[in-house]
Amino acid sequence: MVESILSLLTLLGFPDWLQSVIIIMLKIVVILIPLLTAVAYFTLAERKVIAYMHVRIGPNRVGPRGLLQPIADAVKLMFKEIIIPHGADKALFLFAPVLSMAPALAAWAVIPFEAEMVLAQVDASLLYILALTSMGVYGVIIAGWASNSKYALLGAMRSAAQIVSYEIAMGFALVGVLMAAGSINLGEIVMGQQGGFWHWYWLPLFPLFVIYFISGVAETNRAPFDVAEGESEIVAGFHVDYSGMAFAVFFLAEYANMILVAMLAALMFLGGWLSPFEGIGIFADSWLAAPSILWLLVKTSLFMFLYLWFRATFPRYRYDQIMRLGWKVFIPITIVWILVIGVAIVAEVGPWFAAGVAHG
Amino acid sequence: MISFAQTLFYLFSAIIIFAALRVVTVRNPIHAALYLVLTFFTTAALWILLEAEFLAITLVLVYVGAVMVLFLFVIMMLDIDLAVMREGFVRSLPVAGLVALVMLAIMVMVVGPQHFGMALYPAVTPHAADYSNTRELGRLLYTVYLYPFEIAAVILLVAIVAAIALTLRQRKDSRYQQVELQVAVERNDRLRIVSMPAEEPRP
Repeated sequence: MVESILSLLTLLGFPDWLQSVIIIMLKIVVILIPLLTAVAYFTLAERKVIAYMHVRIGPNRVGPRGLLQPIADAVKLMFKEIIIPHGADKALFLFAPVLSMAPALAAWAVIPFEAEMVLAQVDASLLYILALTSMGVYGVIIAGWASNSKYALLGAMRSAAQIVSYEIAMGFALVGVLMAAGSINLGEIVMGQQGGFWHWYWLPLFPLFVIYFISGVAETNRAPFDVAEGESEIVAGFHVDYSGMAFAVFFLAEYANMILVAMLAALMFLGGWLSPFEGIGIFADSWLAAPSILWLLVKTSLFMFLYLWFRATFPRYRYDQIMRLGWKVFIPITIVWILVIGVAIVAEVGPWFAAGVAHG
Repeated sequence: MISFAQTLFYLFSAIIIFAALRVVTVRNPIHAALYLVLTFFTTAALWILLEAEFLAITLVLVYVGAVMVLFLFVIMMLDIDLAVMREGFVRSLPVAGLVALVMLAIMVMVVGPQHFGMALYPAVTPHAADYSNTRELGRLLYTVYLYPFEIAAVILLVAIVAAIALTLRQRKDSRYQQVELQVAVERNDRLRIVSMPAEEPRP
């Protein structure tokens, strides 16, 4: 496919550098359009899932069974006025949504969807994602400060402290993954899990798996860790003063980040695009055992559903409880489990750390 | 004809110099901190041009993602009065100017123009596509530089412990939630079942 586009471009007489720019742009579009569609329908899915958990119907007016609701929301938000509060730092106020959206989208550059299906084959892709997700907090902090409002500033402070704390636990969980895989390249991490359901890293790294996902929930400021919004205490936190598209961009960034965390969990702990039926005799030659992007999407949807389930189930944590959980529970557990993995690698335990499986 | 990499280099360098100047000239301390973030970020871009992708990503992760967030956190909490800050400008100008001159002289001696120039450095040999910067760095850190690395880690640990020990004060009058007691609570601690007749006996 790439070759046919390239030959078409050569036929039209584009210079070499322009050809590669066009190809990269096309790849970005191919990643972003499904992503943004997924974000739009994730909001609908959230409202529907939570509604059914509350024994309600949820959105059902726009289109068949409410399926056009996200589009109606988008149109509504686009036509709303963006109000800039009095005394706000105008430039930073408008720049903050961009700062939260840009890292959320840029992180997708290194996500492998299949063995060769990745926009940028970066060697340190896991670190790149960690670095970019840690930059998302600037959008929140700047929004809170530039709004010139006490509620917004309080939300921003809470969010900054929370994200910086949970990043440590998340980073340690990722250290466990890269020790097990012997690589910080996401593609190689997935390939290290070959061999079916019991070979995936969720089993040997189970505590890290749980901690990673909970930290991911905290990192994206989602319920039950959504003290940055805290609508019952500080109205809506950092985006109190945002309206229209400026607010919508924060919203999109949050959902794009949720999908990112879900997909990373699927890639690192559930074998990414590898099939769960791999290595089982009956399925040996069928399509069920073949690695495919479908498996990755199914696993990602599982984690996305967990996000919604958490939100419908758990009451919001108190601020000091969040800090206690992050610093006093998660970080010690991750450190202990890193030691356990170190021992397991030396002892070549099980199918995961057997000799000859990476660890270069 | 300048290459693509050179174009990027000049672009990023221009941004770095502009942002670094703004850090010291801009009035609002929040803006200054944000320009510092921009400086770090573009420096990371330059390091990637130098094939030091691990260090570049670590710079973004540690300095942009954590250190500067805490900086902003503190600056936003402070109540900074710019008028008070500018009050002593003329009075301290002579001393400050002297310090600035000394620093300038030292910097010229250390990183002056005589240390730069293409002639002083051999051309860099580009590495093969499968060369892993991260792996090489790890190998060096854990073999040749093991002792300095471990000692630096211990010094940092001591600094953390010291900072906490210096600033921690236990207030006698404040009450803390004791989670372990809450978790360890049993039914019999909270609940007493009494047996009594359901109705008053008829007289």
